[in-house]
Amino acid sequence: MEQIQILQHRDDTASRIGMWLFIFTEIFLFAGLFLVFIVYRFKYLDGFHLAAKELNVTIGTINSIILLFSGMTMGFSFVAVQKGNNKFALALLILTVLLGIIFLVNKYFEWRIKFQHGLYPGSSELIALSKGDVMFFGLYFFMTGLHALHLIAGLVFIIVVIGAIIRKRITPEKLALHENCSLYWHLVDLVWIFLFPLFYLIN
Amino acid sequence: MNNNYISYLEYQGKHKGILGWILSTDHKRIALLYLYTIMSFFLVGAILGLLMKIELIAPGPTIMGPQTYNALFTLHGITMIFLVVIPGIPAVFGNFFLPIMIGAKDVAFPRLNLLSWWLYVAGALIALTSQFLGDGPPDTGWTFYAPYSLKVPTNVISAVFGAFVLGFSSILTGINFITTIHRMRAPGMKWMKMPLFPWSLYATGWIQILATPIIGITLLLIIAERVFKIGFFDPSLGGDPLLYQHLFWIYSHPAVYIMILPAMGVISEIIPTFARKTIFGYTAIVISSFAIAFVGYLVWGHHMFAAGMSAQALFFFSLLTFIVAIPSAIKVFNWVATLYKASIDMQTPLYWAISFIFVFMIGGLSGLFLGSIATDVYLTDTAFVVGHFHFIVFGGMGFAFMAAIHYWFPKIYGRMYDKSWANTGWFIFFLGYLSLYLPMFYLGMSGMPRRTYDYLPKYHGANIISSLGAIVMLFGLTIIIINLVRSARFGAKAETSPWGGSTLEWKVPSPPPLENFEEIPEITKGPYEYE
Repeated sequence: MEQIQILQHRDDTASRIGMWLFIFTEIFLFAGLFLVFIVYRFKYLDGFHLAAKELNVTIGTINSIILLFSGMTMGFSFVAVQKGNNKFALALLILTVLLGIIFLVNKYFEWRIKFQHGLYPGSSELIALSKGDVMFFGLYFFMTGLHALHLIAGLVFIIVVIGAIIRKRITPEKLALHENCSLYWHLVDLVWIFLFPLFYLIN
Repeated sequence: MNNNYISYLEYQGKHKGILGWILSTDHKRIALLYLYTIMSFFLVGAILGLLMKIELIAPGPTIMGPQTYNALFTLHGITMIFLVVIPGIPAVFGNFFLPIMIGAKDVAFPRLNLLSWWLYVAGALIALTSQFLGDGPPDTGWTFYAPYSLKVPTNVISAVFGAFVLGFSSILTGINFITTIHRMRAPGMKWMKMPLFPWSLYATGWIQILATPIIGITLLLIIAERVFKIGFFDPSLGGDPLLYQHLFWIYSHPAVYIMILPAMGVISEIIPTFARKTIFGYTAIVISSFAIAFVGYLVWGHHMFAAGMSAQALFFFSLLTFIVAIPSAIKVFNWVATLYKASIDMQTPLYWAISFIFVFMIGGLSGLFLGSIATDVYLTDTAFVVGHFHFIVFGGMGFAFMAAIHYWFPKIYGRMYDKSWANTGWFIFFLGYLSLYLPMFYLGMSGMPRRTYDYLPKYHGANIISSLGAIVMLFGLTIIIINLVRSARFGAKAETSPWGGSTLEWKVPSPPPLENFEEIPEITKGPYEYE
């Protein structure tokens, strides 16, 4: 049988379009949750005010700064790869991963305090409180939990990019993977930028 | 005819046998994988439907009790909606013909395309486990309405999670098609020179991307509700079950257009080919697709007229529901105008296409009864709704799917089917279809509720006609399937362009070679230009 030559075909614009479309879907995923949040916030205005005071604004602020800073290191690493400075890029990416992990550790302590106070869905102490509290903490755990899952997915993505840079699969001419990873990481950032004021600041 | 090429059916890649199919990233092979899986699920769903119709042939328990009946209509709904109708035309014919019709060698992300199929299979299997694991098959209906779906002990979680995974598969297909259409059109194929089937897939892709995540999150909320008892939709914890209905229909109404837009695209391909005439009002058809996609977002409330909404909301949802009927009507006028004074060649695909217009109009016009608030309050949750729904979804997508398989069959397999058996099958199927669903309008008008295994004796007569119709229709379906399966193996060799179609897929050999085109064609004229 005659051999068929299959040409490898690469289109960076296409992969960028694909990533943006995927990000649209992620935004709509969270949009559904924001809708739920708004509905219950207006239904239980007082309950949400009081419940929000239970959250620790300091840890929330620190976490926001950490994530914003990690967005910056991510962006710098992209520029570094563009300029061919792979070592610096790798250092920045590893820093990004560490910042992401610090965020998760902070989140863990925050959650643990809530659990110690019995403020988690299904606990008898929470159900004894007002319906506004039940809904607030339900949303709090679900939304920050889903955000944390996205953050973990982002970390895995960054580790894939680190591997690709080490194996020279990402070069100044071939940046699509790195660019898409940055886009995804900024999405994780962006979602948090909306979660933070909704849960911590409005009270 | 040039026989000196290797078709996608014969090509041996690095994997042999079945692996050469389930690991192939060729869009044509993936399309056939979808075809076989979707057809299998369609048969399962059809048999479940037949069992329900046999149950309804006489009042009282005939072959099953209420719990089994509830589980059956739930499984019938989940199978038909999530496994058959939503992926149906885009995943099978979109995958196969979108790249060929726009002059490309494959879709933009071939590996993602294969992943979509695997996710589809995984989602189907997860949904299927709900039948065997846990405390019995779910009985919530395919809509999983809260708070019932939160409280009932049956295995709702795996059905819901299966639907979530299937949504993921649908999103990835949408992303793939949109990117393909943006990036891979052949040189010279301007947007307004693109055939109408790719146009309909483009509009569908946007709905898939922008609506499916909402059902994704809603289904995740249902799972979280059941596992963690959060209370989003549980009134006893402060939640609002109506909010669930809103979130569910924000996706599931646009999903109706995910089903119907590609079907309309298929019909817009078939009619000019057999009319030997350029399509009437190309631009109007393109614009109406987007009008449907856009307005279709804003009408979800009409599923909830009887559930409780403010008077203003009722008014606007009803008004928008009437408005969304307009672009569909524009398409019908365009198809009919294309057939006017044409040199029509009556062949099997055109029989299907014309019967599509017929049943689609009955479905659309009966929808207006449900879209106006006063009549909806009377008709809601009756057999009328079931009749309307099946005329739109099964009459729309199902007939278009049949039209598409009979239209593109010679291209896909390189063989022609037996036309007289195909026409016989169509005729029996069509008669059975009408006798199955038309009585439901009468039954609903006279007050028979849907989703009930039993009914009052006064509804008996019409139910007999309906149940016999189901048997006749499945008999027709059997003829159609046997004819196609036999012809795929033993049919006469098909020419490159057996119907004289003018779009690009009729310029490549049947079956197409591995990479579709030896040289990417230059497009100079519109898609439907017949001299």
